[in-house]
Amino acid sequence: MTATPGGPLSAAAPGGGALIAAPKGGKRRRLSRGQTIARIAILVVVLGYLILPLFAMLEFSTRGDFGSRSLNAYAAILGKQDLIDSVTTTLQIAVLTVVGMLVLLVPTMVWTIVRVPRMRRVIEFLCLLPLAIPAIVLVVGISPIYRFMGQNFGKIGASPLTLALIDIVLVLPFAYRAIDASLRSIDTATLADAARSLGAGWVRTIVQVIMPNIRAGILSASVLAVALVLGEYTISSLLSFNTVQVVIVVLGKQDPFISVAVSFSALIFGFVLLVVIARVGGGRRTTRQVEEPAV
Amino acid sequence: MTHSSPNAASNGHGVAVAFQDMHRWYGSVHALNGLSIDIAPGELIALLGPSGCGKTTALRALGGLDDVDEGRILVDGKDITNVPTNKRNMGIVFQAYSLFPNMTARDNVAYGLRLRGVDSAARKKKADETLELVGLGQQAGRYPHQMSGGQQQRVALARALAIEPKVLLLDEPLSALDAKVRRQLREEIRRIQIMIGITTLFVTHDQEEALAMGDRVGVMSAGRLEQIGPPSELYDRPKTRFVAEFVGLTNRIAATAQGGTVNVLGMAVPLLEGSDQSGPVEALVRPENVRLTPTDDGEARVAAVSFLGSLCRAQVTLPDETLVVAQMSASDARGLYPGAAVRVSVEPAAVFAVAA
Repeated sequence: MTATPGGPLSAAAPGGGALIAAPKGGKRRRLSRGQTIARIAILVVVLGYLILPLFAMLEFSTRGDFGSRSLNAYAAILGKQDLIDSVTTTLQIAVLTVVGMLVLLVPTMVWTIVRVPRMRRVIEFLCLLPLAIPAIVLVVGISPIYRFMGQNFGKIGASPLTLALIDIVLVLPFAYRAIDASLRSIDTATLADAARSLGAGWVRTIVQVIMPNIRAGILSASVLAVALVLGEYTISSLLSFNTVQVVIVVLGKQDPFISVAVSFSALIFGFVLLVVIARVGGGRRTTRQVEEPAV
Repeated sequence: MTHSSPNAASNGHGVAVAFQDMHRWYGSVHALNGLSIDIAPGELIALLGPSGCGKTTALRALGGLDDVDEGRILVDGKDITNVPTNKRNMGIVFQAYSLFPNMTARDNVAYGLRLRGVDSAARKKKADETLELVGLGQQAGRYPHQMSGGQQQRVALARALAIEPKVLLLDEPLSALDAKVRRQLREEIRRIQIMIGITTLFVTHDQEEALAMGDRVGVMSAGRLEQIGPPSELYDRPKTRFVAEFVGLTNRIAATAQGGTVNVLGMAVPLLEGSDQSGPVEALVRPENVRLTPTDDGEARVAAVSFLGSLCRAQVTLPDETLVVAQMSASDARGLYPGAAVRVSVEPAAVFAVAA
């Protein structure tokens, strides 16, 4: 399975901004009893659909002897060195993927908007391509490159961290959408022109002017990248790299309780990350509400 | 042909600017077609023209935001055609709100100074002084979203001026504002520009704005400079059909031209240079040069009268059904009402005539 960013993380709205819609001001329409019941019913069904599997995971992973509850599976995670190593490796890959994705995508997209807007469609098409290519095809295509790197670049070439290279490609479709929505919400070309006219080079323009104003999109793209790396299995497995998903599958065959405990922890980690992103990337209100002063 | 300033005067740090035979193509569109202008130090040139005439392309080329395919740009005698934008030291105010949303007004104004390595205290002092200059000293700590459009454009002006640019470029900075703020801000920009004495290129499609602000106004069409000159010259003595028709309101009255004069409504008036000189023509007559005399035996009829404050504008139907607009002071408009019979004549001021 090649995990696409899904589950609770899929709520990270491309372009960022508020992840949960705030109620608008003004008078609210009074709901009839039937409408209220229907709303509650829908809420219960949706929450049940989302929470039930999590609850089942929690219930399963905390089973103790003779019907008691136990956190042994969670405690055992710390005793599994290969699991800890895989978590460390996966987090390193996630960081490299996020950094690589941002370094590749943000300048390219800004440059495209400011200098060659007619290329925007081409860039979008290229970024969306990985969605259309099955993971197995990607692996078949890319495995000779990994073999070459392993043979010619020593430890670095054989490191699982090189998975970040392919994860960057895999995350492009999601990251592109998130960043593009943010770039569309500001007048990127004019801001870039203004910064350059004041004396800023391209690096300063992007880092000091554009990036702070697309913070929500960058955070959304980053969380999607982390989610993808945490869930990616197919390519890691076929290329024989021990990432956390690969180790979870192996563990699942030996000790399903620990395996589910790790999966549950990963989901909670993702959820916490999402909340943090929503808090940090909520963004500043940019709608103008100031009237012209009286003359 | 190079169009140069007749009165080069600067009371500040203005520099001379020259566009020399500039060409710019966008695919098959010839956006700049041999544009040449000399701008004197401290002069404000307003480039006026319809959408797509090349005025913004010229401004962006001077700012380094667009390339030119042929020609040169000289600033203070130095060729800057291939100098990158960030090395040109031009202050630009854009049509769209261009303040950096993540920075306060003060930080926006100080940004250019920060890039120039000015220390924090000096930056703050200069930013506050420049904000005072545009009347926003009290708003220094506000973010763009906490300011009105007019205030944002003032901050943008302060930001452009804070770096003490060689040239100030104004790309339709008032077009997003409402009429009242627009008028107030344009007067303020002009006051500051004269006070600092900075050479300024102002691009607009608004005739009133261009005529009110420019030391000289350049009218552009299809990438070419049709005419450049002081506002009164442009208005009173247009040299091309395009300028005559584009600048100001005109009546097109059927007439006959011969020997340097044209007979309009029974009055022989001199023809301007560039006019069609003989045969049936349409004389382009300004509304303020049309005279209406209420009289019972008048053959024309007043169709409508509009009150414009100190002025009145009347629409009159001639016997051949031509509609003519006349403009006069409110006191001269007494006796004019829809249906009133009037006699129509024109002032003996020179007019432009185009082939009928």
